[in-house]
Amino acid sequence: MSEGILNQFLFIALPYVCLFTFFLMTIHRYRAQSFSYSSLSSQFLENKHHFWAVVPFHYGILAVTAGHLIAFLIPCSILAWNGHPLRLYILEVSALACGLLTLIGLVAIVIRRGTTTRIRKVTSPTDWILFAMLLVQTISGVAIAILHPWGSSWFATNMSPYLWSVFKLNPDISYVVAMPHLVKTHIILAFLTIGFFPFTRLVHLLVIPNPYLWRKTQVVRWYGQK
Amino acid sequence: MQVRSQISMVFHLDKCIGCHTCSVACKNIWTDRKGAEYMWWNNVETKPGTGFPTKWEDQEKYKGGFEKNAAGELEIKSTSKTKIVPNIFHNPHMPSMDDYYEPWTYDYQNLFNAKEGSDQPTAEPISMIDGKKIDVQSGPNWDDDLGGSPIYAENDPNLEGLTEEQRLQLSSVERLVFFYLPRICNHCLNPCCVASCPSGALYKRGEDGIVLIDQKKCRAWRSCVAACPYKKTYFNWFTGKSEKCILCFPRLETGQAPACFHSCVGRIRYLGVLLYDAEKLEEVAKLPDDELVEGQRDMILDPHDPEVIAEAMKNGVSEGVIEAAQNSPVYKFVIEWKIALPPHIEFRTLPMLFYVPPMSPVQASKVEDTITHNSENLFHDIDDSRVPMKFLANLFGAGHEGVVRYALAKQKAVRWHRRAETVGDIDRETADRMLREANCTREEAEAIYKLTALCKFEDRFVIPPMHREQAIEMMKEPHEHREEVGFGFVGAPRRGV
Ligand code: HEM
Ligand code: SF4
Repeated sequence: MSEGILNQFLFIALPYVCLFTFFLMTIHRYRAQSFSYSSLSSQFLENKHHFWAVVPFHYGILAVTAGHLIAFLIPCSILAWNGHPLRLYILEVSALACGLLTLIGLVAIVIRRGTTTRIRKVTSPTDWILFAMLLVQTISGVAIAILHPWGSSWFATNMSPYLWSVFKLNPDISYVVAMPHLVKTHIILAFLTIGFFPFTRLVHLLVIPNPYLWRKTQVVRWYGQK
Repeated sequence: MQVRSQISMVFHLDKCIGCHTCSVACKNIWTDRKGAEYMWWNNVETKPGTGFPTKWEDQEKYKGGFEKNAAGELEIKSTSKTKIVPNIFHNPHMPSMDDYYEPWTYDYQNLFNAKEGSDQPTAEPISMIDGKKIDVQSGPNWDDDLGGSPIYAENDPNLEGLTEEQRLQLSSVERLVFFYLPRICNHCLNPCCVASCPSGALYKRGEDGIVLIDQKKCRAWRSCVAACPYKKTYFNWFTGKSEKCILCFPRLETGQAPACFHSCVGRIRYLGVLLYDAEKLEEVAKLPDDELVEGQRDMILDPHDPEVIAEAMKNGVSEGVIEAAQNSPVYKFVIEWKIALPPHIEFRTLPMLFYVPPMSPVQASKVEDTITHNSENLFHDIDDSRVPMKFLANLFGAGHEGVVRYALAKQKAVRWHRRAETVGDIDRETADRMLREANCTREEAEAIYKLTALCKFEDRFVIPPMHREQAIEMMKEPHEHREEVGFGFVGAPRRGV
């Protein structure tokens, strides 16, 4: 297979397959099996190490995900921010710190799952595949941050246009083919994770409970009302 | 006035024999499933004792219920609205399985498969979670009947405020005492579990006030488990959903009493409708501790009052329900006679299960002076009874003895009235004086006696017609409904991945 075709497969076909699977299957799962949408908390079974695994991981991953999203949505403002070296350093260092936090949390999650017999009972093969994917993804992310610095800037200039082109159904892969292998791996695995998403416990982040903060304290339901 | 109806309950503690029939009936119907083995939607505790989960009443430990913040507003103690955001990943006040117990079974296969040897093979206990052998350290009713014991009774949170002497008395052999406290979900008027759910999965049914968890909306944020001060929402570790007592609504909807009520051997349980004014809810829940019991009573409306009836009809309460409210045994115990009290109302959830506090024998050392019933203070044995008044007040009076003393005095007066009537060793005059002092008439005493001692099924359970069948016929195919009744949806509750 020539490299051109391979690139087209990895950065055009694969993303579309994954995104399509994501949208189709999350909606299908929500409609057919809304019972299965749960964070599947394991705090009840093991409460000593739980905090040190789940909390760093979530704070880390949420910050990192938010960072990717911002750079994707408003690349210009990131570039403007990075215009000043000091601000660039601050951004890069905090991004790396969040990445490390995610990694530490994830490793703790995996160790906790693997070593507590009670928790192993509520860990599915899917969970293990997911943890492996997340682990590789986090490690590659942290490695990129260290080996290919100023990611916040080149994400804004190169990755964001690529992602936009994918979403605009007019994919332009010239930006990504020139990327180092490590970055390519990170991109491919990101799409794979998105595609795998609806089949895993990750669906819990689609049901985060936002109206809680402004709903009435008590909830009353009358018959026939859903 | 906004009239709502609520299915409410009374447990008469003086009649509970601690047989656990109720718990077993419930277990067999609802929680004999993977992930729910450890749950006891109905359980019977020995008091003084630590209960289930261990020390559930200690809100320093569990942070259940509401508290008033600096501005005087109610706030959920465990995770208030703003505190839930950073704490959703790890709930700081979530009890874990070790606070309940690890469910186990026995390795019966070993009886068949063991290698030949010189000893009889045994069936060792194995965990129902990971299948490993376990050294059983605690289990359901581990402290059953252990009143007076140092590890259980002495750690009862209701001992707070008791004098050193009273505490010692509770553990000295000749003065030992205990009684039973059967517990189910209180289907509160101001449920903390409902208030705490980030997904809005918990709700109170508008028509009858039963508190339920929508299994399809629950996402295992487990706030309700931490928030319920009675620890009556349980986390199903297998399905990843919280569950709780449903007051057997499928039974109620078909005119049957809940299983624990139906099976109760001591016939201690009463069920009926109370009408209440939902508008007063917030105001009452914020009252100072010593006004809460009265405040809750003020919310409950007189079902015979024409104005209340008119308002109720306007609010969609059906005639049948109003009629049930008029015949409600709960209304009699709670409002007319005032001898049934809410448990730990200081948690501010306004529980709708009420307890008639138990009478207990007098202290052995006091026997000398209680033989004479002609003493000036006819109620002195209530103050000298083995269960200290303060203990009962901590349980049923938010720490205040007045309401408990009132309930016990009336119960005693009823007994003496009946003794004057039937045994005749007490003169009528003394009995009448007691009734007067206990704020009770002869008619009332007779009524209390009848509903306590001679009560039939239909006296104890006045189940309102729920008219669900009509509503169902209008909304969907009855046969389809028949398959779902009690579950809301068809399909196995399969754990997600
Ligand atoms: C605001 C968004 C999110 C919320 C509210 C949330 C909440 C939760 C909760 C409550 C748990 C259960 C923890 C437990 O008690 O065991 C959980 C587990 C988990 N979450 Fe999230 N989460 C969010 C975002 C994410 C994101 C972005 C990811 C990763 C891409 C993620 C990955 C996971 C994983 C892998 C677990 C399993 C952890 C374990 O094995 O214990 N979550 N999440
Ligand atoms: S069945 Fe009735 S008498 Fe027996 S323990 Fe339960 S509440 Fe008490």
